[in-house]
Amino acid sequence: MKFAIQVNEGPYQHQATDSAYQFTKAALEAGHEIMRIFFYHDGVNNGTNLTTPPQDDRNVVSRWSELGKQYDLDMVVCVAAAQRRGIVDEGEMQRNGKDAQNIAEGFRISGLGQLIEAGIQSERLVVFGD
Amino acid sequence: MSILHTVNKSPFEKSSMDSCLAYANEGSAVLMYEDGIYGAIKGTAVADKISASSGVKFYVLGPDLKARGVAEDKVVDGIEIVDYAKFVSLAAENDKVQAWV
Repeated sequence: MKFAIQVNEGPYQHQATDSAYQFTKAALEAGHEIMRIFFYHDGVNNGTNLTTPPQDDRNVVSRWSELGKQYDLDMVVCVAAAQRRGIVDEGEMQRNGKDAQNIAEGFRISGLGQLIEAGIQSERLVVFGD
Repeated sequence: MSILHTVNKSPFEKSSMDSCLAYANEGSAVLMYEDGIYGAIKGTAVADKISASSGVKFYVLGPDLKARGVAEDKVVDGIEIVDYAKFVSLAAENDKVQAWV
């Protein structure tokens, strides 16, 4: 079955991102397709490569990156939510005159249309949030 | 149409479980996870509402029970304790997934 996932909360603040990760992993292991993961609102904070949690703690960001790499996942960060919260890729850096970028491996920044498209093209949209 | 309703808030903190129970039709499923698992504990007013909901199947996520130190024998009889794999199956088996966040 073709799933899409929406994540509305950032790491280390609420369990939503952990639940979303565990659900996504279980779905992939069961042979389902995850056609897109859309990070919205504070969920965009899942996509910054500047996080450095203690070594004995789970690394939420790199955990997503690794899962994304393993299964070639489309992990999309909402552009408007990202701009507000300082999540920047190469294009956004240039467009907004910033001197740094911090998008984590495997994530891409795009618009809300990607969420609508995911809702239409997937068979189930599963939302994780606060 | 069958819907999987997911509830991730304690019913003693927010009203999302009450809203969910008001909307859940016969044949639908309710999964309690994260702090929602507190709704699955025996001997509460919420447990009575769950027992009174006929035709709705209730599930609770085992890993979230364990993370909160709630023993499985504290769970209301008839609520099925599930893992993430079963969470995925429920999402697939039902026609829609409604998150009561």
